[in-house]
Amino acid sequence: MKEFQYTITDPVGIHARPAGLLKAEVKKFASSVQVFKGDASCEAAKTLKLMGLGIVKGDTITVRIEGEDEEACAEAIEAFFKANF
Amino acid sequence: MKVATGKSILNGIAIGKIRIYKVPERVINDSLIEDTDAELERFEAARVRVQDQQMVLYEKALVQAGEDAAGIFMFHYSLLDEDEDLYEAVNEIITSQKRSAEYAVKTAFDNQADVFSAMSDPYFQARSTDVIDVENDVLDVLMGLDTMSMQGTEPAILVADDFAPSETVKLDKSLLLGMITREGSSNSHTAILARSMNLPTLIQCKDIEDDWDGKTAILDGYNHCVYIDPTDDLMESLSKKQQEDIRKEALLQDLKGKSSTTIDGKTIRVYANIGGPSDVGAVQVNDAEGVGLFRSEFVYLNSKTDPTEEEQFNAYRKVLETLAPKQVVIRTCDIGADKTIDYMELDHEENPALGFRAVRICLTRKDFFKRQLRALLRASAYGNLAIMFPMIISVREVVECKAILEECRQELKNEGVQMGEIEVGIMVETPAAVLCADELAEEVDFFSIGTNDLTQYTCAIDRQNAKLEPFSDTHHPAVLRAISMTIEAGHRHNCWVGICGELGADLSLTETFLRMGIDELSVNPTSILPLRKAIRGIDLRAEG
Repeated sequence: MKEFQYTITDPVGIHARPAGLLKAEVKKFASSVQVFKGDASCEAAKTLKLMGLGIVKGDTITVRIEGEDEEACAEAIEAFFKANF
Repeated sequence: MKVATGKSILNGIAIGKIRIYKVPERVINDSLIEDTDAELERFEAARVRVQDQQMVLYEKALVQAGEDAAGIFMFHYSLLDEDEDLYEAVNEIITSQKRSAEYAVKTAFDNQADVFSAMSDPYFQARSTDVIDVENDVLDVLMGLDTMSMQGTEPAILVADDFAPSETVKLDKSLLLGMITREGSSNSHTAILARSMNLPTLIQCKDIEDDWDGKTAILDGYNHCVYIDPTDDLMESLSKKQQEDIRKEALLQDLKGKSSTTIDGKTIRVYANIGGPSDVGAVQVNDAEGVGLFRSEFVYLNSKTDPTEEEQFNAYRKVLETLAPKQVVIRTCDIGADKTIDYMELDHEENPALGFRAVRICLTRKDFFKRQLRALLRASAYGNLAIMFPMIISVREVVECKAILEECRQELKNEGVQMGEIEVGIMVETPAAVLCADELAEEVDFFSIGTNDLTQYTCAIDRQNAKLEPFSDTHHPAVLRAISMTIEAGHRHNCWVGICGELGADLSLTETFLRMGIDELSVNPTSILPLRKAIRGIDLRAEG
């Protein structure tokens, strides 16, 4: 299992367009990617659920990656968050 | 006379008849059903259809309003993905509650919209309208409602509660004099459309009444109000004001009617890229000297079944007739595995950009190709047509395309059909075409360089992949050299050469292209006058 924390800097938070792109990114890997905000969590590939978490600028989230390619996946997903959120 | 007030988006006056744009009420049957499998299938068909529609809207919005505005349709598309909760929810309601697909869609989407509405952040709250927008699209497909006909056929000031993003894209802009909405914010899609089209628009007009329909009105953007059945005096004074605005606009746009000539006297042609007959107004307003790229995909994408020769002929004829004697370059079908259309039955591909698309489909499905070519040849009698084949990589393909074109011409001749003189050209958008440009130029009258795909294929950079942005360079020397090589090869064989990709509108490259010897630049209608201005400021005698 791999885990990283990230604080959102995008002014509108995890919004519609990049959330869709994130889904595509996650699907490139076999690992499961889970996003935690406080007590709530959901799969990163479920765009609607993810947006339902209402993650906005300044929120710190935890991302947990689990699976056979978790090493590469974690690296790619972290880079994606830095670039898009 | 009645006066209603609202919030004006921009200064300007619209005069014309009111048309109430009202979505027919969608009556949902909530009774129990027997055949749940049939309902599941109906939902699945509608879901796939609406996803296709969203892709079409995305492409259309990309052209009309750019990537940022178009992105919302990608979001709409993903709402309907099989791995999203909405998909499961709809299927679950059909199966366990034994209800119709309509009922299930309405229930599941309304619930999801409520989730967004209840969120604290205004951005997320506003997404509920996206969910409802997609819900309505799915319901319209399920119920066979035609929302396109609601706009009517006469130019009018459209009045609605609000316009959904998909509606603003679908509207026929040439029939739009102004817009009045009951709701909407200055950041709504209605407002964005109004600004991009310079269209007098009133939002938050609470006093809209249904009986305005068909009445004459003056929308006064300066005073944030609309007059219904205005008095003659008011009509006279505001008509004058409107004329004055038009004169001022004309002064600002004094470049219209002037040629695109450099200080030292080199003239090139500045053409427009368009996506369908509805864009013809923009070509005229912006004074394009012709159309350098008419994407014929719209005839395929806007149709539920394979469009007939007659349907295509009417669409092409309309454009050619309206713009004659200006040249109109129509690109033959450029559908690919990434733009799937039900009736084309294309297989899913791992690598669609390098796949079965464009002329590759046309040369495989000859009857399909011939329908388009016959329609084009018949339309050629009504204007100044040029035909352009996309995605060419070899001389053999061009020879085959021309042979089929000739076959169509002979058939029509035998049928006694009138045809006009046409030029035949190709898109140069693959490195293969660049490297074979000399041989290709011997076969055609012109080249049009598609810089978007040429960049993608030359640099091996997927256009759709945002992660590649750090590696992409729109001014990559390889692409510029490819353009220069293409121009030189074309000129060696008396071919004129143009650019119809996005680079054509890049003003930082205009002088470079002129020095390379480009003959034509084809750009989005709104880029035409700025480009002409840039050309008129360039002196090629000066050191480059």
